Amino acid sequence: MNHTDSEVRRQDTMCVNESQLQHRWYHNIKYLVVGVLFGIVFVKAEIISWFRIQEMFRFQSFHMYGIIGSAVIVGMLSVWLIRKFNIRTIYGEPITFTPKTFNKGQIYGGLLFGLGWGLTGACPGPLFVQIGTGATVVAVVLLSAIAGTWLYGKLRDNLPH
Amino acid sequence: MMEWLKQPWPWYIAGPLVGLTVPVLLILGNKHFGISANLRHACAMCFPSDIKFFKYDYKKEFWNLFFVIGAFGGGIVASLWLANPQPIEVNASLVAELAGYGINDYSSMVPQQLYNWDYLLSAKGLIMMVGGGFLVGFGSRYAGGCTSGHSIMGLSTLQWPSLVATVSFMAGGFLMSNVLLPLILG
Repeated sequence: MNHTDSEVRRQDTMCVNESQLQHRWYHNIKYLVVGVLFGIVFVKAEIISWFRIQEMFRFQSFHMYGIIGSAVIVGMLSVWLIRKFNIRTIYGEPITFTPKTFNKGQIYGGLLFGLGWGLTGACPGPLFVQIGTGATVVAVVLLSAIAGTWLYGKLRDNLPH
Repeated sequence: MMEWLKQPWPWYIAGPLVGLTVPVLLILGNKHFGISANLRHACAMCFPSDIKFFKYDYKKEFWNLFFVIGAFGGGIVASLWLANPQPIEVNASLVAELAGYGINDYSSMVPQQLYNWDYLLSAKGLIMMVGGGFLVGFGSRYAGGCTSGHSIMGLSTLQWPSLVATVSFMAGGFLMSNVLLPLILG
């Protein structure tokens, strides 16, 4: 791993993939299938609904809290089991976890993200799903989110972290 | 069976399914759930502009792009074959509040009266769609992840910085929905 990679990893652990295996492109089809199922759940449970997000932030419904809460519990149990039994990937690679380090970006960026979430009623995942359901104008929201990401990358060294 | 599938799914079915994304991605290839990273990969692919933050081997991250293309496809599948014909049912006090802003169409996941191409070119539409999207993209990268990477994946792996991020997400959302949005829509 070169210097840039490890530096990027410290800042942003989500972006570096630990797999050392080289696979042909079609191995990625399995992630497409998981994505399809994920998208269907997001539509059917109305997670992509602007109205549901407004309800959540007004404490008017348990629905979204139930979804996030039970998702985290299932996620925690799964990770605990993977660690306890040293479960490996289907290719036999070890499953690894990278600790996240705290920086003030999690607060400042988190607040800005929250403002955007309350406004658009969508975090990044639902943006893709909403476009799929035919809300084509959401493509503008997505492009704007990409522009926001780009500006962050541009200004990053000058922002408090 | 189909009738049952077409109804809105309860939280106790959907939440665990969303949570299972974490072990499924790990077991399929040691992949860490995190959707906003794709916005960064899009920048790295299309406009790296010699910015250090966008210079990395994005080809290793194609799996994640396949995942969101799948999510987009899931949106198509669900709306073509599993759509709920009924309008979305939400809390009555939200319905009353939104009626005050002229929002009363619950036929779609996003309010039709706000999310359409004509509205996009109004001042409110620009704030909501262009401004909102910008905050989502800038904020999620500044925070090092979004709801999937921090609130689901980060909390599942017991990372306290992800809890800080999640609390901040919620705080920003409360402020927007309860204080700022009424000013914008009003």
